[in-house]
Amino acid sequence: MGFLVLLLVFLATFPLYGGVYHVRVLIAVLTFVILAASWAMFSGSTGYMSLAPAAFFGLGIYTMCVLEKELPFLIIIVIGGLVAFAFALLVGLVTLRLKGMYFAIFTFGLVVFMSELINYLEVALRGTHGWHITPLGNTTIFYTMLILAVVTVLAIYFIRRSRLGLAMNSIGGNEDAAEHMGINTTRVKVLTFAISSMFMGAAGVITAPIWIYVNANIAFSTYYSFMPILMAVFGGMGYLYGPIIGAVVFAYLERIVRNEFPDYFMIGFGIILVVVILFLPNGLVGLIQKLQKVGLISKLLNRGKEEQHANT
Amino acid sequence: MIERISQLIITGILAGGIYGLLAMGLSLQYGVCRVLNITHGEFVMLAGVLTYTLCASLGINPLVAAAITGPLMFVLGFLLHITLFRGLKARTPSPAVFEGSALLVAFGLMYVILYLGKIGWGGLPMPVYYLNKTVHFAGMTFFLNQIVAFAIAVAIGVGIYVFLSRSRLGRAIRATAEDPATAGLMGVNVNLILAFSFGLGAFLAGIAGPLSAMISPPKTSMGFSNTVIALIVVVLGGLGSVPGSFIAGIIVGIVSFLVIGLWEPVLTVPVYYAILMILLLVRPAGLLGKK
Repeated sequence: MGFLVLLLVFLATFPLYGGVYHVRVLIAVLTFVILAASWAMFSGSTGYMSLAPAAFFGLGIYTMCVLEKELPFLIIIVIGGLVAFAFALLVGLVTLRLKGMYFAIFTFGLVVFMSELINYLEVALRGTHGWHITPLGNTTIFYTMLILAVVTVLAIYFIRRSRLGLAMNSIGGNEDAAEHMGINTTRVKVLTFAISSMFMGAAGVITAPIWIYVNANIAFSTYYSFMPILMAVFGGMGYLYGPIIGAVVFAYLERIVRNEFPDYFMIGFGIILVVVILFLPNGLVGLIQKLQKVGLISKLLNRGKEEQHANT
Repeated sequence: MIERISQLIITGILAGGIYGLLAMGLSLQYGVCRVLNITHGEFVMLAGVLTYTLCASLGINPLVAAAITGPLMFVLGFLLHITLFRGLKARTPSPAVFEGSALLVAFGLMYVILYLGKIGWGGLPMPVYYLNKTVHFAGMTFFLNQIVAFAIAVAIGVGIYVFLSRSRLGRAIRATAEDPATAGLMGVNVNLILAFSFGLGAFLAGIAGPLSAMISPPKTSMGFSNTVIALIVVVLGGLGSVPGSFIAGIIVGIVSFLVIGLWEPVLTVPVYYAILMILLLVRPAGLLGKK
């Protein structure tokens, strides 16, 4: 608890002494924390793999593009979240009554669907592609992103402890059994999917002013589907802290390797994703817990031996 | 106008043959191995760009190249199943967890193959035109390579269908898809059959690659759209139904060419999604799938 307060104080005062570059990096870290944690909240606990975090993130970015000149920033964040929520509700109602495979199939191409549809609509309605966004100060973006990240993590913490969280976990464990226990599984899935997408949409709104120029291909990039999934899986998607740790590790790693080894780093990240699923199904947090258990067991064994020695 | 529409429809049917082949591979991999292989399109890409390299360096034509890329992809798929999915299946507690994990493994693999391709072959289209002659028929114009590709796709599709329904190995594959535990008790080497089926799916991608390379130049970014098409065709046709895959492939082919020709090429994927959405609402089991 004390550690968390210290961390928050550190983050809240960071722009006072951290340079512009480091503030930028930290904004990216916070964005990925939101994306990875909210992806894991739904997919990690229900087992329904969404391959489209970027679709909801991009939807938020586009909400900002369209409304930027009309409304204040904070209201657009709320609207961006609601737009993503509504869209996820629609996607969920179509696909989440069916088996997980249909959901995965539907979300797989969703990013491309969105970008092509928006490319078409832009030409049809405005005659041009892309939007210029008035840049906001780094500090403003940092603090809004920080607040959203805290809100997201807190919300996920409480959802995981609520009836909804238990229902999600039981769906992930055995969906038929969950249904027999009287859980309206479709409703739980659709609702939680929409909630997790809401955070992604809100994060998109805050990200848009950093990019200054945005078009459909930039806003809807599968990169933002891949990275949150990698981060959540690496950290351990069944835990609250897992995706956060994964996001911090990979957001920094990405900064370092992206410019040094373009293309190559994606091969490395892809291999990491495969290896982690094969050998560390519970991610880094799961590994640490396992090691702790092993450590405890060896301590207990040692104590047992000592007692034996004492008796003899 | 009528001529234009009928030309588009027939071109769509011809393209649909390759879509059917693609979907058959995916359907086999999911139906038997329970792996929703979203890497499928990247296998097609790999086979396509390899076709370019083979044709350019050895001076052979894409049809001969297909005889190399097909078996090569079979071996790749077979090895991937043995190294990745077999172990995963043994370690996961339930089939549902396996499906989810296998999907994520395929998701990671997709990026590995995609970027290997980008590093090896760059991002530009690589022309492998073959049999690029026009054929005139009833006032419509077709390319010979489209007709040949369709004929080969149908021939291989029929071949696989007969293989699955008549041969001993095919029966073992169907038994494993139905009930792996009982199939194992009946003396089927389940692990071998699973790897073989996965390889067979990859083999079909390895054939679809050269066939589509013949018609339009392969490029390293072609994988994703191929996967999307294959996924939609599989849902439309019904999982595990080989004839369903072909019929659905042809329907998707017709629809996409009508959209490209008469409306707006950018809207092909949105139209696929419209089809998918209606399908999932009305008949999620697909056209010929079991309820």
